[in-house]
Amino acid sequence: MRQLITFIRKEFLHVFRDRKTLLMLFGLPIAQIILFGFALSSEIKNSKIAITDYSKDPVTEQLINKIASSNYFDIQHTVQSAEQLQSAFKKGDIRMAIVFPANFSNDLTHTGKATIQVIADASDPNQATTITNYITRLINDFNTQSTLNAGLPLQIVPEMQFLYNPELRGAPNFVPGVMALVLMLVCTMMTSVAIVKEKELGTMEILLVSPFKPIYIIISKLAPNLLISLVNLFIILVLSAVFLDLHVKGSLLLLVFDSTLFILTSLSIGLLLSINARTQQAAMMASLMGMMLPTMLLTGFLFPIENMPLPMQMLSNLVPSRWYFIIVKRVMLKGLGFSAVWKETLILTGMSLLLFTISLRRFKIRLQ
Amino acid sequence: MSSTTAPPVIVTDKLTKRFGQFVACNELTFQVSKGEIFGFLGANGAGKTTAMRMLCGLLKPSSGKAAIAGFDVYTQTEKIKRSIGYMSQKFSLYDDLTVSENIRFYAGIYGMSIPQIKSKTAQLLQELELEKEAKTLVSDLPLGWKQKLSFSVSIVHEPDIVFLDEPTGGVDPVTRRQFWDLIYHAADRGVTIFVTTHYMDEAEYCNRVSIMVDGVIAALDSPTNLKQQFGLDNMEDVFYQLARNAKRKAD
Amino acid sequence: MITLSNIKKTYNKGEVTALKDISFSVGKGELFGLIGPDGAGKTSLFRILTTLLLPDAGDATVNNFDIRKDYRQIRSSVGYMPGRFSLYQDLTVEENLNFFATVFGTTIKENYDLIKDIYQQIEPFKDRRAGKLSGGMKQKLALSCALIHKPSVLFLDEPTTGVDVVSRKEFWTMLKKLKQEGITILVSTPYMDEANLCDRIALIQKGEILSIDKPDGIIRSFPTDLYAVRGTNTHKLLQNIRNYKDTTTCFAFGDSLHVTLSSDPQTLLTYLHDKGHTDAVIEKTQPTIEDCFIQLLKN
Repeated sequence: MRQLITFIRKEFLHVFRDRKTLLMLFGLPIAQIILFGFALSSEIKNSKIAITDYSKDPVTEQLINKIASSNYFDIQHTVQSAEQLQSAFKKGDIRMAIVFPANFSNDLTHTGKATIQVIADASDPNQATTITNYITRLINDFNTQSTLNAGLPLQIVPEMQFLYNPELRGAPNFVPGVMALVLMLVCTMMTSVAIVKEKELGTMEILLVSPFKPIYIIISKLAPNLLISLVNLFIILVLSAVFLDLHVKGSLLLLVFDSTLFILTSLSIGLLLSINARTQQAAMMASLMGMMLPTMLLTGFLFPIENMPLPMQMLSNLVPSRWYFIIVKRVMLKGLGFSAVWKETLILTGMSLLLFTISLRRFKIRLQ
Repeated sequence: MSSTTAPPVIVTDKLTKRFGQFVACNELTFQVSKGEIFGFLGANGAGKTTAMRMLCGLLKPSSGKAAIAGFDVYTQTEKIKRSIGYMSQKFSLYDDLTVSENIRFYAGIYGMSIPQIKSKTAQLLQELELEKEAKTLVSDLPLGWKQKLSFSVSIVHEPDIVFLDEPTGGVDPVTRRQFWDLIYHAADRGVTIFVTTHYMDEAEYCNRVSIMVDGVIAALDSPTNLKQQFGLDNMEDVFYQLARNAKRKAD
Repeated sequence: MITLSNIKKTYNKGEVTALKDISFSVGKGELFGLIGPDGAGKTSLFRILTTLLLPDAGDATVNNFDIRKDYRQIRSSVGYMPGRFSLYQDLTVEENLNFFATVFGTTIKENYDLIKDIYQQIEPFKDRRAGKLSGGMKQKLALSCALIHKPSVLFLDEPTTGVDVVSRKEFWTMLKKLKQEGITILVSTPYMDEANLCDRIALIQKGEILSIDKPDGIIRSFPTDLYAVRGTNTHKLLQNIRNYKDTTTCFAFGDSLHVTLSSDPQTLLTYLHDKGHTDAVIEKTQPTIEDCFIQLLKN
């Protein structure tokens, strides 16, 4: 019994003397509470929507006012025509559009019932469901109130149309998210571990004391990981197509090109992480802790970024997977071309160049 | 020094260990008396480590008999572990604990009572002249002091035998000799010392030396007798003579 | 070939001093030994000379190249074998050798003659993974890899540590042969007996050089006479001699005790006979490098 106590006592001493682990053990729960309690929520406020009113009568005006005063919606007044709607949806400028048909007031006056079109971007089916629920509630509210006021039963029925993902399947949302997450994690982890392994073994010393240029060391560490990641990418795409019935609607070439860019960015991050890590274990921990959390939270596939407090939104701009996620959704799900993703592609290019240059600079040609 | 009237603390009879077809230790037969300093030498791959593990009760032999402090290595390994101490270069003290915490820990693990631990800690600190360093982390101690502390900790519970696995590797010559002073002290108190080493001059400090080659004991006698037997004047030449024709040079 | 002046190195923001003020030089074709225990600073010194670490202060050159500015030239022209024989464990013997040859822009064939004697001993195992080799074989492979590009200077950091006695002897024989090829060799070792096999040695402890000279030069500079005392009960002899009033130092050296005295040895002998060591003998003996090391440590 006493031996057991002695041993337990020693284990406590070990834990409390390891400051890094302590930081993680206590810091992590606190950080998570703050994050999940305050910053992240699945409520969606201020969704950008468009309203096209072909009827233009007092009822539509009233309803539109009600929608405008709700803090769930943010009406983009410039989006009106059918082409504008289509373009806005493609670019992701609006999440939902409400169209009042021309015969709206006619139908309402004569039958007491009229339909309006509600078109929602269902590439994120959870968000689509949430927003359409909001609008449905609002319309029902309006119905009940108007009935009470006018004494006449009023029934405005929203007719739902879900774009890009009519069956509201989860796959179209989580597959791009998983792609971003997996590629990011695997690339950073594999690269950082490969470099640190060389350090741990001691072979890095010999490599450095040779005419072999450090940049060649870096390229040779990145090359196999790049190839493996591309293979991984193809496996994910094939599996999605075969088992989840999710096909690449747009240009495969564009998708592969942007994926390669993203892989390069992740590899460069792995390179950066390897510079200060001394053991493979530390490298793996840094990759997991340092990259997994931000990637999961700030990519945009689990929690909507627009609803995060501003500082976190700005932070998410620094996370490469956030941009990649947008590109994948637009190319894979919406079938869009380069013109729709050039901005994000440029950002990714910039990130990978910057990270690669920084890591190359900081790559230690000496041991200390 | 060695006592021939007391029963031997280590007795082996055709002790053998096989790993599949490979015979690591082949019919080892020898005895070690109480208070003896016994040098257990052999090249890497000769079977030394395997033999030591069997004697410590960590590895079950394939055949043959052995008794440590009177306990059978097949059936009484727990009693063996309680009667021996062990120190090696690789296994030693906890770097992130202080000197006294390490002593207290190991004393506790060996089942010593609290008052015993207290007095033993004070005694050790005084003997090693580490009283001022009692609260220093072991990682901050110079290597030589670590080795000496390591040894003292391994015999904190006053075992019958202590197994030392290359305890003086890489240590400076003065500290090495101080270490051997500690070994002599312990032997005088009746602790049997079973030590392996790569330093051939240390082989001379032992009462008797055995040299393992290719899994068998190729020679076992006092250093003086061995030198006479081979007609050489130092243990290094004796060892080289026996080891150079070894077939096994594996790790 | 190699020069160091006032090299200083600390770690942990100055908390730990690895090298205090090191200055010496190694001539072309010399076999120079750096002798000292763990923690003496040998590895730090090697890493500075191979340009892997920058010293805090001081200068050093290898082949007339400065370790700070001309590190690229140094790195292309030296051979380096760090401690623990860093090899690629999951590559075979031949693959390892090939890799290092390619890294240095050469092939195994080109300099095969240089490594032939060494490599032939492990060639039968050329398809075995490096991780599965014995200590002695790893040592030979690591040496071959360091030599494959015919460097002019060879840095070997503790190449014989952890290796069996027979391989150690073979290794030094190989080094002597390499010296004949005109290669400058800087070797570090904790084994004092290996010091005699070098042209010149530097004894180093705790970041300071205790002495630099040819091995017999160091031995000749031992300050007093050294006596070896032998008897049947060595341990008791040791205790008695230590208690003797005229003993300056007494250390165990295998089966004899090395003693320095402040009076003549005859009186010691009488004292010992009185204490019951009837068969004790004293004779003057030549100091070993280890004796010198211990003596220098005292100062």
